[in-house]
Amino acid sequence: MASIRIPTPLRAYTGGASNIDVAGATVGEALMNLVEAHPDLRVHLFNADELRSFVNIFIDDEDIRFMQGLDTEIAASDSLRIIPSIAGGGMFALSLMEWK
Amino acid sequence: MMTSLHNRMADLNNEEVIRYSRHVIMPEVGIEGQRRLKASNVLLIGTGGLGSPLALYLAAAGIGRIGLVDYDVVDFTNLQRQVIHGVSTVGLSKLDSAAQRMLDLNPDIAVVKYNEPLTSENAEGIFSQGWDIVIDGTDNFPTRYLVNDACVKLGIPNVYGSIFRFEGQLSVFYAESGPCYRCMFPEPPPPGLVPSCAEGGVLGILPGTIGTMQATEAIKLLLGIGEPMIGRMLLYDALEMSFQTIKVRKDPDCPVCSIDKADLVLIDYEQFCGMPAHDHSEFSAVDDARELEINSVSVHDVRAALENGRDVLVVDVRDPHEWDISAINGTLRIPKPDIQLAKNGIQAGRKLWEETILKGMPKDKTLYVHCRSGKRSADSIAMLSEIGYSLDKMFNVEGGILAWADEIDPEMPKY
Repeated sequence: MASIRIPTPLRAYTGGASNIDVAGATVGEALMNLVEAHPDLRVHLFNADELRSFVNIFIDDEDIRFMQGLDTEIAASDSLRIIPSIAGGGMFALSLMEWK
Repeated sequence: MMTSLHNRMADLNNEEVIRYSRHVIMPEVGIEGQRRLKASNVLLIGTGGLGSPLALYLAAAGIGRIGLVDYDVVDFTNLQRQVIHGVSTVGLSKLDSAAQRMLDLNPDIAVVKYNEPLTSENAEGIFSQGWDIVIDGTDNFPTRYLVNDACVKLGIPNVYGSIFRFEGQLSVFYAESGPCYRCMFPEPPPPGLVPSCAEGGVLGILPGTIGTMQATEAIKLLLGIGEPMIGRMLLYDALEMSFQTIKVRKDPDCPVCSIDKADLVLIDYEQFCGMPAHDHSEFSAVDDARELEINSVSVHDVRAALENGRDVLVVDVRDPHEWDISAINGTLRIPKPDIQLAKNGIQAGRKLWEETILKGMPKDKTLYVHCRSGKRSADSIAMLSEIGYSLDKMFNVEGGILAWADEIDPEMPKY
């Protein structure tokens, strides 16, 4: 089974798991198996059956958009990676702390 | 290997040769490289977590002219990660606080201060004031897209760094010889899918790690040494202490860097991202609060409610730095941007927001909502009315805390 690395922002939906092994012969199958096992992830990765445009999936260091997308074949030894879009910062950090 | 971004040199005096001796003795820098750094111009967007190490190290390295864009004031809670500031500068503008420290470290440099939020209106004007490199140290999606697009339009390299909790990203987006931010992230996640820092937080050291790497990339670009992070992104995980580099390819159909620069127009990035870029923003996902019938109460009603312990929650939706200036005791404090986030999140199907941001504000309570003068509180009521709060139970406090200062507590500072 190939492994998928889950970035920090999405670990809230995988019970904290950072690396998950999934079955599947293509990237699409592997991701479908992933969201079936962790249904809360689905909305973050897919819009219906389409991969959301801000979700970047890499096999090792290569973007699947420049391979065959979700149809890209994968081997059991492959490491998939979801690259999150992160903005950083502390803009909203205070409100929870300063509640009275 | 690439060549330097510019061929200007500035003379070094004897004291500067001594100051930079650890640079100068390296053949990769030498006197020539140091003179080149002195003739360089680097613009930092943000003087927060990423901006702190950037400003310190670039000042120390002898970059001749460093620009800072920020509108914020130093807050006590910044000091966990924004190490350029200090207890002695809490309450000061971040620009003055940062400039003071940079010039203490190196009085031979010039610091240019832009005390305003970066917007689509001012970005081109600011970016065209001779900057060789722009460094993105911002904390939100709208400004990141703005910085990228303005850099592409003006042909300036954008040294990108971003952080979240224990993870960081680093790249150099330079459309002249590689991909831009939009090639990798064509559009932002919808607001409801963006974690706020209330959900996220950040390890205080993380911006130090990423910011110093951004500074490294800037120096490399200016000296024309090494392999810049153009077309690559570094992914850093502090918990695993792992670094991985991935390829970032230029998208031939990129909506920004594949078109003629003259046709590239800076758009409304808050609209594009569906979220405010900064807490002075007028952006609201609510189209028009004025079309709603919003009930109001006076500050005297607020006092009566607080004194009589009536079943009323008084909610202050101003920003945290305003709470420090003046606040009414006994209020629940939730900044309007958080209410906006909660609304977007709930509308995107995330219950989490109700359990966090809106936790202290049950729907069956009567709410008196106030801000400084009454506009943001009306907007907040309009947003809350879209996510299950009844307009019958929400009241806008007329005149906000300014009216409270006028009519109830004359000793309260007004701003």
